[in-house]
Amino acid sequence: MHLLHVRDLSKHFGGIKAIEDVSFSVITGTIMGIIGPNGAGKTTLFNCLTGFMKPTKGSIMFSDHEISSLPADRINRMGIARTFQNIRLFREMTVIENIMLARHAMIKYGFLSCIVTSPSFNYEETGVRNRAFEYLELLGIEKYAGAVAGSLSYGAQRKIEIARALASEARLILLDEPTAGMNPQETEEMTALIGNLRKMEKTVLLIEHDMKVVMGISDRIAVLDHGVKIADGSPSDIRSDQLVIEAYLGKDTHEA
Amino acid sequence: MTILKGKRSLLMMTLVIPLWLSFLFLPFKGIRAAGILFVVMAAAIPLSKLAADLIGRIRSPFPDLRRFVPEGARLNFLLLIPALLIPLFGQDYITDVAILSGIYIILALGLNVVVGFTGLLNLGFVAFYAIGAYCYALLNTKAGIGFWSAMPLSVVLTTAAGFLLAVPALRLKGDYLALVTLGFGEIVRLVLNNWDTFTNGPNGISGIAPPFLAGTPIGRLSWFYYLVLIFVIINAFVMKRVRSSKTGRAWMAIREDEIAASAMGINTLMYKLYACAFGAFWAGLAGTLFAAKMRFVSPESFTFMESVFILCMVIIGGIGSIGGVVVGALVLVFLPEVLREVQMYRMLALGCGLVFLMVFRPQGLFGGRNASSSR
Ligand SMILES: Nc1ncnc2c1ncn2[C@@H]1O[C@H](COP(=O)(O)OP(=O)(O)OP(=O)(O)O)[C@@H](O)[C@H]1O
Ligand SMILES: [Mg+2]
Repeated sequence: MHLLHVRDLSKHFGGIKAIEDVSFSVITGTIMGIIGPNGAGKTTLFNCLTGFMKPTKGSIMFSDHEISSLPADRINRMGIARTFQNIRLFREMTVIENIMLARHAMIKYGFLSCIVTSPSFNYEETGVRNRAFEYLELLGIEKYAGAVAGSLSYGAQRKIEIARALASEARLILLDEPTAGMNPQETEEMTALIGNLRKMEKTVLLIEHDMKVVMGISDRIAVLDHGVKIADGSPSDIRSDQLVIEAYLGKDTHEA
Repeated sequence: MTILKGKRSLLMMTLVIPLWLSFLFLPFKGIRAAGILFVVMAAAIPLSKLAADLIGRIRSPFPDLRRFVPEGARLNFLLLIPALLIPLFGQDYITDVAILSGIYIILALGLNVVVGFTGLLNLGFVAFYAIGAYCYALLNTKAGIGFWSAMPLSVVLTTAAGFLLAVPALRLKGDYLALVTLGFGEIVRLVLNNWDTFTNGPNGISGIAPPFLAGTPIGRLSWFYYLVLIFVIINAFVMKRVRSSKTGRAWMAIREDEIAASAMGINTLMYKLYACAFGAFWAGLAGTLFAAKMRFVSPESFTFMESVFILCMVIIGGIGSIGGVVVGALVLVFLPEVLREVQMYRMLALGCGLVFLMVFRPQGLFGGRNASSSR
């Protein structure tokens, strides 16, 4: 069963072809890695998938719905959540409020019931707060629940962002370089955590520069270079793919 | 602190504040002096800001008043007691000023939804105040509708106006939005000023009836004061509730990061519309009360300066903080009255105070972590 089908997707910025005729499919419940050198178009691909950019052409089918022309908030409510390469938290709000916001669309009380503090208001607010707290526990950051999000360390902020993506109960989670800027220990924790998403029956698209991480946890990897998909296969296929080695791995593994 | 964030904060400081002060200065010293003042201040503010940043943490002369705010609801009742006693001093003048501050508190808390919670800079908020006031004035004098029936009508009309203006304006972002709202404020004033047959132009509308209670007009100032006080209490209460609801959270999320908010499934355009309409709702109420109190309205009461005045109330106390905005409104209504002795310079002194506040304590007297719904 495929959860996501991308067909001939292109995104041009004037003359720049950030993505050109990219096609791939993601099987439900698997982790797909997306790699490629800087400027390859990985983030642009995420932006198209989540409605922040309209593709120049091509189609995106998410569980049998065409979503390429839908706005970002609709796409999120349909079940795609993401994190951002440069963390985007609600910095002046508390951590728990950040997570509660991810469940915004699931809260059902109306505007007036908050003023009269109706039973449904109390019930739903307590419910959403408890659920949000569970997601903090899942990532081991419940001690920060009352802290102001912007005041926390980089690693903690990354985790909050992931907790927030999970809290929306999306089926497809898009992670844009979740281990960037983390120390080896944090990276290891994060890798284990992403691996665990599979058990939670999440489908994951993972942009990642750390080869050890992607190779270790991806079921499948797509490689982008200058906006074009140059390879798509299992980690071992990718490791031995001549094109990929030329474009990316060769250079990068020496650096690492 | 969105409207004061980064580059925009500098624009705000270098342009809006000097502009405001120069306007204040204009009637005293003429256009040349006002122009010089503007140029000097536009240069001095970023420089002093820069200097302040360079020297590091110079001790701010403004205390963080949050320390003095006790927890919980007890404080609200403590504040209520002096508020209830005001008319008993028997001085009409004080009651009069108190009524005015009540109306401004309602206005400022309304604007706070737009600017403070949602982070949309609105420089023409006075337009909704004007619409509310004129709605009641016209409904009352032309159609003979009484206060209690006209009030919901004019509030609904003002809310609709807020919604309708927001639909096109919200396509714009940041400073552009500020400019469009500023323009809207002026347009409303000019229409009121020039549509002689309907609004009686610059002469305004007089003979507006006061509210009636059980068949007798609320003519006594103290009664009117209590009427306003009731609305202020309702307003503050509703604001507190809404802020800690999903709607309030969505507004603040938009203020903090609009892109992240839409990634959370929040329809940001819709919530911005709600914020504008909800803000206009209270402006409509304040306008109705104003018209009923003065029993006279004219376009003169609804100038751009009034918009800036309301905005300053929101900023002084601390953007987003309900208690802070109430204090801001009280300070800005009472202080000029207290400083009346020094007539000529009171607005200037007030303005300078504001500028220093912006430089040294941009989060306002009560501001700080103003985003949380738990405060
Ligand atoms: N909004 C935009 N306007 C114009 N060009 C853009 C825009 N966004 C991305 N680009 C260009 O598209 C190309 C792909 O950028 P993208 O951010 O998708 O790369 P990436 O693979 O995510 O790189 P990195 O590994 O550095 O994050 C780059 O050449 C970039 O300059
Ligand atoms: Mg990127």
